Amino acid sequence: MELVHNRVYGLWAGAMSEPLLRVEGLCLRRDGRDLLRNVNLECYPGQVHTLLGLNGSGKSTLAYTLMGCEGYRPDSGHIWYDGMDIQELSISERARRGLTLAWQEPARFEGIPVGKYVGLGLPQPDRQAVVAALEAVALPAKYYGYRSADRTLSGGERKRVELAAVYAMRPRLAILDEPDSGIDMLTLGDITLLIRRLAMEGSAVLLITHRDELAEVADVASLMCAGSVIFTGGPLEAARYFTTRCIPHLESLGAQPWDETKPEVKMALESNGSIRQGGGPA
Amino acid sequence: MSAAKNGAQRWHAPGRRAGRETNTSGNNAEAGEMNAMLEAYRQAGGDPEALKLPDVATLVVSGDRVLAAHAVPGISFQAEAIQDGVKARIAVEAGARIERPIHLCFGVIPAEGVQVIEAEYDIGDGSQAQFLAHCSFPNAVKVQHRMQARINVGRSAILIYTEEHYHGQGGGVEVLPRAVVNVEQGGRFTTTFSLVRGRAGRMELDYEVDADAGSTVEMTTKAYGSVEDQITVKELVRLNGPQARGLTRTRVAVRDDARSQVFTTMEGNAPGARGHMDCTEIVRGAAEARNTPIVIVRHDQAQVTHEAAIGTVNRKELESLLARGLDEDQAVDLIIRGMLRSESPLAPTLVE
Repeated sequence: MELVHNRVYGLWAGAMSEPLLRVEGLCLRRDGRDLLRNVNLECYPGQVHTLLGLNGSGKSTLAYTLMGCEGYRPDSGHIWYDGMDIQELSISERARRGLTLAWQEPARFEGIPVGKYVGLGLPQPDRQAVVAALEAVALPAKYYGYRSADRTLSGGERKRVELAAVYAMRPRLAILDEPDSGIDMLTLGDITLLIRRLAMEGSAVLLITHRDELAEVADVASLMCAGSVIFTGGPLEAARYFTTRCIPHLESLGAQPWDETKPEVKMALESNGSIRQGGGPA
Repeated sequence: MSAAKNGAQRWHAPGRRAGRETNTSGNNAEAGEMNAMLEAYRQAGGDPEALKLPDVATLVVSGDRVLAAHAVPGISFQAEAIQDGVKARIAVEAGARIERPIHLCFGVIPAEGVQVIEAEYDIGDGSQAQFLAHCSFPNAVKVQHRMQARINVGRSAILIYTEEHYHGQGGGVEVLPRAVVNVEQGGRFTTTFSLVRGRAGRMELDYEVDADAGSTVEMTTKAYGSVEDQITVKELVRLNGPQARGLTRTRVAVRDDARSQVFTTMEGNAPGARGHMDCTEIVRGAAEARNTPIVIVRHDQAQVTHEAAIGTVNRKELESLLARGLDEDQAVDLIIRGMLRSESPLAPTLVE
């Protein structure tokens, strides 16, 4: 194990030299469209790996594919998790091995109390763990524990409940799909700390986000465009690449970047071929 | 038949020492029947201890016999025996605010039998009352339970009526609850019917509600059918007065070879009337669910909306639970149980 320093938070996180997750040449084609194209990615225990990219670039698709959701079975490539190709495993089996996902727009559940939902991933009922997880996302258990995780919760509250459920589970790999969207500025700090705590406690975190504040907690960042990972490196470099080269370049071509049927987009992607792909920790 | 009015009095069935005393000093057969009813009451989700509290109004009917009745100030019970059952009149005085829920316990303990309950509820103007009815048929092989209710909710009165059933696992129960309800101006009627414990058997719920100006009607029906159970829900709400509000929520799950049919009709007949029908039915195995909503609007300033989701469990909900490590059966069961346990977000409290 080696220690990795996070520049923003000044924290040292333990990182294994072997990745917990290694995605190799992952391709997914659906309805005649390539949603994922030769995706390469690695996530290490104790690290936050941010995934940046425009809307429609394939970030959530990659998340669902890693989780094994219905309709997201890859056409080719490998998902190595803890040294094992998990493509044949169901969602439950992946979850029991410590892989979980916080949905961008979490489902609403009639009649399931928040406290029960948060504790679902625990090996046995543990009230203290549920209370601690809720407090970690600034939801007091005495007010929220018995409320239903249904549409009476606001979007932001429901997202925080989702994060609490992931945190309570102490997953080995947490995929967080835009955990910051719909979250107010005051709570954003709690969410940021929660993500760091997950990593500090040894989880690998794959964080999908658009926000600079959250991207800065990362140890490593990858940039997705039109279904491909086109850059992996430090989070500041990725953000700089994203804002100074990727977006202007694609916009100057007068095309929606995710419209891969346009030749100019294809050209743009091919021109990025020299960028390092699937790199390990920075 | 005697009656208890305007005071904490006990009502006695003919020829027997009814009321709570029966449990402790009556003959063994009566005590045994009462105990069996209390156990059935517990299985239906009730708390038998609540029936012993002096400030809680209660009515316990086993088969065609009243085992106990206890009124509190502001409530009166009247009852008489009819063939195979009991005819009861329950009145809440105008302006009375009954703080503790009124507990009703109906049931048939033997494996076979018929129980007919003809009930009239008169909720006086400006009064507030909450009824918790538990109906238990724990040993049913061939039992029919017919409930025919006429309910009047007075002006600006609030009635919350919750009915929970427990049917055992035999499936030999026919439940035929029928209610004709009138909600006067500014009144509020909230009812929840729940049959999610044990086998549903054959259930035919038929409620008809007329809502006057400014009144609110909210009806929730929850049922869980399995094996060859048959569930039929018929609900008709007429929003007759200006600004009347109506909401029906139907939550039904069927599995195996069970069948469910939901017929919901909402009429918007006056200016400002607003109605909404919300139906979710989950189907598993070879079961079948049907939903027939009817929307009738007779005024250009009225509005009635409808939403329905019929089919398997929502994939996203399912995958969210699977991602926590539950297997598919556990996840589906949790979703169904949650749906059937859910409370309406609009449910009012008595003291407002």
